[in-house]
Amino acid sequence: MFGWEFPPFHSGGLGVACLGLTRALTQRGYEVLFVMPKKLDVKTPWAKMLFADIDNLEGIAVNSPLKAYATSSGYGKRPDEGVYANDIFGEVARYTLSGARIARHEQFDVIYAHDWLSFGAGVEAKRATGKPLIVHVHATEFDRCGGASGINEHVYAVERLGMEEADIVVAVSEFTKQTIVRHYGIPEGKVHVVHNGIDESTAPSGGRVRQLRSLKEDGRKIVLFLGRITLQKGPDYFLRAAQKVVARNPLVTFVVSGSGDMEESIMRLSADLGLSENVLFTGFLSGADRHEMYTAADLFVMPSVSEPFGIAPLESMKLGTPVIISRQSGVSEVVRHALKVDFWDVEEMAGKILSVVGYPALHRSLSENARNEADRLTWADAALKVDGIVGELVH
Amino acid sequence: MKSVCFYFQVHQPYRVKRYRVFDIGNDPEYFNDRSQSDLNNRRIAEKVAAKSYIPATKLMLELLRRHPEMRVSFSFSGVALEQLERYAPEAIELFKQVVDTGRVEILGETYYHSLAFFYSPTEFERQVTQHRDIIRRIFGVRPRVFRNTELSYRNDLGAWADREGYAGIVTEGWDPILGWRSPNYVYKPKGAANSRLLLKNYRLSDDVAFRFSSRDWSEWPLTAEKFGRWIGEVEGDTVNLFMDYETFGEHQWEDTGIFKFLEALPQELAKNPGLDFKTPSEVIESYEVKDEVDIPHILTWADTDRDLTAWVGNPMQKAAIEALYSLEDDVVLGNDRRLLEDWRKLQTSDHFYYMCTKWSQDGDVHAYFSPYESPYDAYIAYMNALSDLRLRAGKRQGARA
Repeated sequence: MFGWEFPPFHSGGLGVACLGLTRALTQRGYEVLFVMPKKLDVKTPWAKMLFADIDNLEGIAVNSPLKAYATSSGYGKRPDEGVYANDIFGEVARYTLSGARIARHEQFDVIYAHDWLSFGAGVEAKRATGKPLIVHVHATEFDRCGGASGINEHVYAVERLGMEEADIVVAVSEFTKQTIVRHYGIPEGKVHVVHNGIDESTAPSGGRVRQLRSLKEDGRKIVLFLGRITLQKGPDYFLRAAQKVVARNPLVTFVVSGSGDMEESIMRLSADLGLSENVLFTGFLSGADRHEMYTAADLFVMPSVSEPFGIAPLESMKLGTPVIISRQSGVSEVVRHALKVDFWDVEEMAGKILSVVGYPALHRSLSENARNEADRLTWADAALKVDGIVGELVH
Repeated sequence: MKSVCFYFQVHQPYRVKRYRVFDIGNDPEYFNDRSQSDLNNRRIAEKVAAKSYIPATKLMLELLRRHPEMRVSFSFSGVALEQLERYAPEAIELFKQVVDTGRVEILGETYYHSLAFFYSPTEFERQVTQHRDIIRRIFGVRPRVFRNTELSYRNDLGAWADREGYAGIVTEGWDPILGWRSPNYVYKPKGAANSRLLLKNYRLSDDVAFRFSSRDWSEWPLTAEKFGRWIGEVEGDTVNLFMDYETFGEHQWEDTGIFKFLEALPQELAKNPGLDFKTPSEVIESYEVKDEVDIPHILTWADTDRDLTAWVGNPMQKAAIEALYSLEDDVVLGNDRRLLEDWRKLQTSDHFYYMCTKWSQDGDVHAYFSPYESPYDAYIAYMNALSDLRLRAGKRQGARA
């Protein structure tokens, strides 16, 4: 299995999904060799981790600073994260080359690659060994561009090649399957939908956002945006809805948690909309901070413009915090105990925010039912489906 | 002798449109959705009339003509009659013709198809009177047998019906309450002098209303011949077949064969010697009381609990109905007819049913039909409308003071 990131080293849902699926597969009796581009201190007693740079084949450490969800344009603009090579395509190319090498050294039945960053390695492994290839699409270039024009042709080409060479394509949602069929020309019958699950929350305690709770002592409500601050995630719609909410109920504080290439412009927008008093920016949160942020919030909003799945709402639901999710998301296909809106309908979004913070019975019902629902959306179910797909390829 | 007693329920609520927070204080119209959605009351009334009420009643007229022994009964909510008068007058004309045969009984109920009996006895009485008035105006008859919303019943409702001089009252024939008793006899409400209790035979009723087109059902397809035979095998004095009238053509579409089933049923039933048709009043007059039935807790027809939890079981439903009846004094004393009417339209039980989340336990989503995207959306629209109504009531009060 070729991946790119793995908790605790991750920036988005991809690593979380890889962990959840890998663990659930091993519980079904699978032996998983999980390959990553560079050496990381990941503790997974249930799966063997391989690192592409271990034997340093070409004398180049494949020491990747890449974020799986970063856009290629955004990548080059972030020199502050210890870049060894600031060309994402160079990184991917080196990882791709390692695919064949690793495949020849290991014993396995099926090759499995997660997202375009590792598709190349997966394809090389298949070419080297003739073993069947499954590619798992967690996001496409069209999602990363937030529906905007100007997708990166190189990324698109890598994605398309991976899907074409694959024996089966797994999509994280019907929403993503449609993109794959429409934009990548993959036959519908070859694309199987496997929705993500969510595991028990194991977040440590002792986070730093505890002081936010003091806000609530004055009767204020907290509405949370948590995710990368990029076009795809719709933070601007969040703020425009916030403006409508505050006009009716000034006792609502909107918290924006995350970082991303729109961070500055979103801060500016917040000021321009006259929301400085009502919007807080926390920066990127992980671990205990993230956990506490969810529980401090009265409501979580995911206004994504294009969200292949969206695991954050499930994290929130799991902790009993109600969610509003955009209909342009995969998670809205599997979740019933959530409010849903079109990302562009900020008035509807604002109306629903006001309802959740204003009607205690609504908050309570959503909270209780969301928690129960999240408990039922397990990675074991996802692994069961993947098991069926593998069964079609290997006898 | 044994009798078959049909009662068909005709009801359509005034569904609340997607009333947004921003509409509060700005828009006093709650029920005027004009979209292509199932919240458009006019659209639904026209659709159900065309698919169900009109063809079913034409068939009913024909069957009454062909079978002089046939008897049926109907219960119409006032809000359904109002909407049909406005949007589908042909259905009203057909209902009148059916009643004019003299072989069709009309039951009494609350005008607004409400749960008022359990929340405000005085409001309940006002709605029963209002219903009696519309039935007299349209059909020229006075109901003698009462049906409370959702077949809900409790001892005190039986006592009320007894005091009011009703010959009887209909409710669910639920085994845990009946114990060894069968629903196929006439009973007496606890403590009643003259009123009688008729109990729905839910197995046979639901065979038609719910299971008719279900291919998973071992008895599918249900033919009139088979159903007629089952009725013949029933022990007792009366087989009470109570169901929504929309069963014919709306819940069960025409292509399921439901109209053909209905058409063939009277002749199949007639094959059973000693079996006849009776209206609820005739059943009460014809058969002896078998026993007294004690129902101290609310009984309804709904799901396996047979209680009110499908309507007022979760926190949203409870908050909504409490907020609704807390406005009673302000609204009733205000003497603003529009306001009073809107408040009453918000009492219709369907609004609370749409907020039901019980399916999240049993997983049976389809059992709880709703025109809203989710129970949460139903609650939001309802509470927003109610918030506006509260503002209107407050303004009236302010004006008086």
